[in-house]
Amino acid sequence: MFPHSPRLKTVGSDDAPLILVRDLSFHRDDRMIFNNLNLDIRRGQVTAIMGPSGTGKTTLLRLIGGQIRPTTGRIEVDGQCVHELSRQDLYRLRQRMGVLFQSGALFTDLNVFENVAFPLREHTRLSERLIRTLALMKLEAVGLRGARDLMPAQLSGGMARRVALARAIALDPMMILYDEPFAGQDPISMGVLVKLIRTLNDALGLTSVIISHDVKETAAIADDLYLISEGRVVEHGTPEALHHSSSPWVDQFMHARPDGPMSFHYAARPYVDDLLSRDSG
Amino acid sequence: MIAALKGLGGFLLNKLARLGRANLFLFSVLGALTFLFKRPGLLIRQLYTVGVLSLPIILVSGLFVGMVLGLQGYANLVDFGATSSLGTVVALSLIRELGPVLTALLYAGRAGSALTAEIGLMKATEQLASMQMMAVDPFPRVLAPRFLAGCLAAPLLTGIFTAVGILGGYFVAVVQLGVDGGAFWAQMQAKVLFFEDIVNGVIIKSFVFGWLANWIALFEGYEASPTSEGVSLATTRTVVVTSLAVLSWDFLLTALMFGAW
Repeated sequence: MFPHSPRLKTVGSDDAPLILVRDLSFHRDDRMIFNNLNLDIRRGQVTAIMGPSGTGKTTLLRLIGGQIRPTTGRIEVDGQCVHELSRQDLYRLRQRMGVLFQSGALFTDLNVFENVAFPLREHTRLSERLIRTLALMKLEAVGLRGARDLMPAQLSGGMARRVALARAIALDPMMILYDEPFAGQDPISMGVLVKLIRTLNDALGLTSVIISHDVKETAAIADDLYLISEGRVVEHGTPEALHHSSSPWVDQFMHARPDGPMSFHYAARPYVDDLLSRDSG
Repeated sequence: MIAALKGLGGFLLNKLARLGRANLFLFSVLGALTFLFKRPGLLIRQLYTVGVLSLPIILVSGLFVGMVLGLQGYANLVDFGATSSLGTVVALSLIRELGPVLTALLYAGRAGSALTAEIGLMKATEQLASMQMMAVDPFPRVLAPRFLAGCLAAPLLTGIFTAVGILGGYFVAVVQLGVDGGAFWAQMQAKVLFFEDIVNGVIIKSFVFGWLANWIALFEGYEASPTSEGVSLATTRTVVVTSLAVLSWDFLLTALMFGAW
């Protein structure tokens, strides 16, 4: 199904992390999302950032992409401080970033082929013939060359994400950010996506960042794993190391235990007080 | 008392902030218009969507409004033996007021609400965010063509509405009620002035209304909460705010163009 591809060393790789987050704090209204968060994303690797729902994983991805600015701290991508870049430089940097949104975010008025050709048409002056060839190559890589004439509404959730992946790699980026790529997928689509992410990372020499809370699938392909909760990194290491971590929190998350340091109940006043209260709400 | 004042202050500050954001939004759209010289295809596509697809409602409404004007005008003028002025009454009513205003209201209901829903859903489904992450600015690519297409389509639709309305009035007055056809056209030709009536009413007024309708529709879509409820509320707000804006600006423009002030 997938072409065999040996793992390649990233082109232009060096020891410096591709993404560097230092002392990152971010507040939304009065709520603290991140508090002195630090992490490094190494080149050529698949790095997963995991944590319970509502911990700000997608916010972190938006911060890395420069869509929002941190309250304090620093985010560098390939040596450039994202939130200090001019709009023009930020857009230039984004041409080297691919992002796979949770919904796929395909343009609903364009068919599959036009969606994949979109970044090529916007950012290159290639001939129509070459654009066609490149778009078909990207679609072939995700196994959907035959679906080129379909409209996004005609695609299943898994297919839509694969088309979005083909679009994300259209400009041969240096990195791809995946926002919950496995959410809501059936087992087959999930398996296809898991394999595609790893294969494309290795075959194209990319750096991949996966934001997810699907432990099994993500741990299967990640080289490096960050667990975040309450605005900071709780644990960091290889999936293997985290599976055997002695931390009760990591143990609860990695083995999907319903109760543990992270309580089943949302913070509330005592149960009996609440039941006996005369409040209407 | 203090709480009420605080609430009122907060409300006004929110409204002012929203007005400021709407103006910044407009400046960004206007600044992006030059991109359309490079990609005229984007404008043509939107002209089709907001203009051509609005034609059925404009044609049918224009015809009925003209017919009603013909009937009402005849019923009032016949008592004074002035039915020969019916052409002037129908034409001036349509050219100066009903054409631009009703076209704008119909446009807000059909194209304006569709624009808000489209932009709101593009936001809710992360299409605008994905465009930005692909280093493509949605202002020149998505918003500017829709804005300019609406501003250009409004006078054209108003012209069509007015022309069809006059034909509707002619049909009722001349064909059905027996008013003299020569007098109908001759009076109209003598009384309707090109610059004072047609340029002011059909061109300037409708361009201003088109500007308002598209600005409101696009801004509401862009500011909509990215939920189904948010898009629904924004769509409703577009129709309500545009209707009020068109009617109030109509009074202002009429006072400036035709009033004694």
